[in-house]
Amino acid sequence: MSTGQVIKRAKYKTSLKDPGTDGVLKLTEEKLFFRPNDPTSNMKLEVDFKSIQSHRNTKEGSNKPPWLNLGHSQGNYIFELASYPDLNVCREFVGIALSRNKSGEAPPAISGEQLSPAEMELRIKLLREDSKLQKLHRELVASGKLTESEFWATRKKLLDKDESRKLKQRVGFKNSMIFDTKPMSDGRTNQVTFSLTPEIKNQIFALKPAVHQAFLNFVPSKMTEKDFWTKYFRAEYLHSTKNAVAAAAEAAEDEELAVFLKDDEILEKESRKKVRRVDPTLDMEADQGDDYTHLPDHGIFRDGSKEVSEAQHQLCRRTLLQDLNRQGAVVLEGRTLDSEMEHQRTVAEVLERTRHESDGDIEQERRNRISRMTQIEDLQEQGDHPFAPLCIKDPREYFDSQQANAVKTLDHSQAGMDQTRCNLSSEEAYGFLKVSISKIKTLGISDPLVSPEIASKVLAGLTKNISTSKYQYGKNSQESVLDILPNTTKEQLLDHWVCSQELLRHFWSSYPITTSNLNTKVNRLKDSISQMYSKLEEIKVSARSDMRHQVSLIVHPMQQVLDAALLHYDADKRKRNAKAQRLNGYA
Amino acid sequence: MTSAPSKLYADDVSLLVVSLDTNPFFWSTFSFPFSEFISHVLAFFNSILLLSQLNQIVVIATGCNSCSYIYDSSSDSNHSSEAVGMPALYSNLLQKLEEFVAKDEQLGKAQTPGAIASSLLSGSLSMALCYIQRIFRSGPLHPQPRILCLQGSPDGPEQYVAVMNAIFSAQRSTVPIDSCFIGSNNSAFLQQASYITGGIYYRPPQLDGLFQYLSMVFATDLHSRAFLRLPKSVGVDFRASCFCHKQTIDMGYVCSVCLSIFCEHHQKCSTCGSVFGQSQSAANL
Repeated sequence: MSTGQVIKRAKYKTSLKDPGTDGVLKLTEEKLFFRPNDPTSNMKLEVDFKSIQSHRNTKEGSNKPPWLNLGHSQGNYIFELASYPDLNVCREFVGIALSRNKSGEAPPAISGEQLSPAEMELRIKLLREDSKLQKLHRELVASGKLTESEFWATRKKLLDKDESRKLKQRVGFKNSMIFDTKPMSDGRTNQVTFSLTPEIKNQIFALKPAVHQAFLNFVPSKMTEKDFWTKYFRAEYLHSTKNAVAAAAEAAEDEELAVFLKDDEILEKESRKKVRRVDPTLDMEADQGDDYTHLPDHGIFRDGSKEVSEAQHQLCRRTLLQDLNRQGAVVLEGRTLDSEMEHQRTVAEVLERTRHESDGDIEQERRNRISRMTQIEDLQEQGDHPFAPLCIKDPREYFDSQQANAVKTLDHSQAGMDQTRCNLSSEEAYGFLKVSISKIKTLGISDPLVSPEIASKVLAGLTKNISTSKYQYGKNSQESVLDILPNTTKEQLLDHWVCSQELLRHFWSSYPITTSNLNTKVNRLKDSISQMYSKLEEIKVSARSDMRHQVSLIVHPMQQVLDAALLHYDADKRKRNAKAQRLNGYA
Repeated sequence: MTSAPSKLYADDVSLLVVSLDTNPFFWSTFSFPFSEFISHVLAFFNSILLLSQLNQIVVIATGCNSCSYIYDSSSDSNHSSEAVGMPALYSNLLQKLEEFVAKDEQLGKAQTPGAIASSLLSGSLSMALCYIQRIFRSGPLHPQPRILCLQGSPDGPEQYVAVMNAIFSAQRSTVPIDSCFIGSNNSAFLQQASYITGGIYYRPPQLDGLFQYLSMVFATDLHSRAFLRLPKSVGVDFRASCFCHKQTIDMGYVCSVCLSIFCEHHQKCSTCGSVFGQSQSAANL
């Protein structure tokens, strides 16, 4: 049974005479759940397997219906299952669960190791997800080079990772909030429809804190939620019409409606606080312009008109700019909590609370920032470092610079290592030098100093050198030496490399050899290493003639590491044999 | 603070301390004549001084037995009247160079002929660094110093320790060491010097255009180098010389206290005096 749970239809009977309630029985490794089909029934069950002491079931051959009887200290749970095969499945599962609880260890798996089904499942899942890992696993374990346990021993980190990785990211607000929170009007009839989901409610609360406050104040004390939203959307509709007079009239009638039509005071307060927080001498971002509610002539009005309003209608004349700014600020701030909660009122309250809490932090931060800002750089003393700062170079540079040395040893050519011997005596040598100096004193500097052909050759050489060395050695970020090779060779080389890395890891970790187990393992690994070596040799030889040099350059270090391993094996074996001989000699 | 003096000292003012190789044994057997070499180098110095009014050049001659300062562009005694076909500053330099060569010969009377003696690179590097330190201490406004080694003679492994010490002190004072190597094989010391201090090591393939190489690669000041794509080193020979025999070695023993290198097993480190214990493998056998 590779899955961790069993779900079957069953009837739950409290006693043998009970007709039983229909429902669904779910068995997991730890617990047993029963949920009746009828939601109003209260026959729900949730039982830990630890409390189950025994299990019995009716036999298949008998005429009785398939019953599973789980005994616990107070009585029995009897489940009538749909059929006998179902019963068998449940019985098996219960048996395993109970035996695990009793003995406290997982039931033994096929490979002779103590593996729980969950772990097995995790391994299979990891192998399925990563095809490279699967290939490596197949090559090494299936052909017997490494055992399963050894393979997974080095990958503990993968196995330990929590399976149920919760999504760490929180989904933020949508960027089209303004449009969501507007009612849609049907052009033909006089009706205006709007749809409201908890998501949209959250958005409205985030965008308009005054509405949020009103919600907390009015609902459920003064009106129901439905009424509240009706009034809100009525206010929105009035905004969207060009009729300021009608809006004023309605506001005068209904004081709650007026709340929605007024300026958003809370926003004003917040923006004023924000402006205060900023140090205007040093932070150029925020300035008086942020307090946009008090700049009525800024931007286009929501209802399309451009003229400045009359003073008597003190109603909220929001502009598109203000709405967009507000939406932008809210989207960037993000959500403070998951909107999975069901009860709308509690959500609103929690949001309010979090907003107050963050204010205190902001004050503290502001104070810190001010104390830091008072140190103006120009007035500071020069921080003279008595030590040269640590220079951490890019390690790739080192390896690149060593490439020339590596190529040199590969080609076995020592370019001009012979030293010229000087046969002159010291007097002659010095005399020669003095003659040169007096020559230049008399002649002066030649004109032209460098002939134009040579100069242009030098120029071309220097500039070419800069650009070509990149492509030759594959230092271009888009290209590497491997891309020059044909695909099959490239794949083969990469596979062999990964494989040999794995083998070498196990090989080197088995030294020093202390047990006979390690000895057999090392022998096994040595055979596979020699196999790998010959495979690499084959690749080198079979490469196409124009690729041969590059391939041998790549294969060479791979063979070198395998060589080192084989040498070490031989040396160690000889040492151990010598020791054994000596001991035998004495005995 | 933007006071008037600071405006004069821009980012790209440089002090170039040049270590000029005057090893007679090398120059007498080298294909490129010394006179041509000097003419390229003198033109290069002139162009450096033309780049900025505040640029400075100091030339140190590296001989077989001694080193000495032969030219300092900021000193006032640069007027010589024997100029025929060349400006005053050159003739002054050449005069001093002649005197230096004569003195060097005097010191080296006891030299036996044989392989090319190596020039005293460590000595000239040390002198360069001392001059630079004096400049550092002269005040807050000073040009950015760097060292340029115009070298041709091979490395002397006996100078390994001294050269490495000079390189590390250059690294500590953030003074880059550039090297223009003219000889036949690459010089391990200069490669390491440039690698460690962040300078450039370049071996010009064509010596006829030496002036061109010098002005393209080595003339820029440190600030402007950030905008240039200068030739990268093709490989650094990191081999060390052992402290006991002064021979270049690939594998050896290292004292764990002072990091001195030996080619064979010793009981005691000669640099720091710490006693070496027995090795593990020897104990097990």
